[in-house]
Amino acid sequence: MNLSEIGSHLKKFRVGIAGAGGLGSNCAALLARSGVGTLVIADYDIVEKSNLSRQFYFTGQEGMKKTEALKENLGRISPEINVIIHSLKLDRTNISQIFGGCDVIVEALDSSEMKEMFIETVQITLKEVPLVAGSGIAGWGNNDILKTRKIDETLYVCGDETSEVTDDLPPLAPRVAIVAGKQANTVVDLLMKMK
Amino acid sequence: MKILLNNREEEFEADSMTVSSMLEIRKFTFRMRIIKINGELIPREKYGSTVIHDGDKVQMLYLMSGG
Repeated sequence: MNLSEIGSHLKKFRVGIAGAGGLGSNCAALLARSGVGTLVIADYDIVEKSNLSRQFYFTGQEGMKKTEALKENLGRISPEINVIIHSLKLDRTNISQIFGGCDVIVEALDSSEMKEMFIETVQITLKEVPLVAGSGIAGWGNNDILKTRKIDETLYVCGDETSEVTDDLPPLAPRVAIVAGKQANTVVDLLMKMK
Repeated sequence: MKILLNNREEEFEADSMTVSSMLEIRKFTFRMRIIKINGELIPREKYGSTVIHDGDKVQMLYLMSGG
C-alpha cells in the first residue's frame, strides 16, 4: 500500500482522544499527519505557558481552551481533517456519549484517578472499542523500557508502567513524545487492520 | 490453584479467592490499577465480591499519573 492508499484508508475512521495534554495533543498531531479522517477530542483545560515545554501548542495560544487551540493547530497540518471538540471534564456519565462511534479510543488523561475511571467506563460501556492507554511517562532516559503491552484485543497500554509524574520527576518532552508516538502507532496499526 | 497473572503462571494455596484477597496475598498495594479476569474488566467496587477461580486469566495494569 502506498502513502496515498494508506491515507484514503485512514480517512474513513474516527479516533477519540481523552485529554489534550502532552500525550493527547502530540498523539492527535501524529494521527492528523497520518491521515485519520475524524478526531474526537475532549479536555477542559486551558493552554498555559508551562505546557509549551512538551505539548502541541505554541506561543500566543496561552489562555485558549486546549481543545480549540489543538483544533486550530491540527487544521494547519491538514485542512481536510474533521476535528470534533468537547471542552468539558470527562466523567462516568458523559464518556459513552462523547466517544460512542469511535473506531479506536486513546486514553491520554493526566491523573491516575481519571485514567482508572476512564478505562473502567470505556471497557464497560464501549466494550468492543479498542482502547490505547498511557501509563508511565515521567523523567528522561530509559528509552527502551517504554513499551506497548497488549492486555487483550480491546486494551493496550503504552509507557513504562512505573514512572509516575512528581515534582522531582516531571514529564519531559522526549519521553512524552515517545509514548504519544507509541499510542499513535498502535492506533494506526489497529485501523490498518479494520475494513 | 493456578492462575495466569499477566501471562505468567502463579500458584496460590486457596482453591478460589476474591480479587481483594489476591491483592492482599501478593501485597499489590499500588493505588490505581485496572484488573481484567478472562477479558472482563472488574471495577474497583467489585474487588470484594468477584471470585478468581483455578485457571483464570488475570491481567493487571498499574496506572501512573502523567499525560
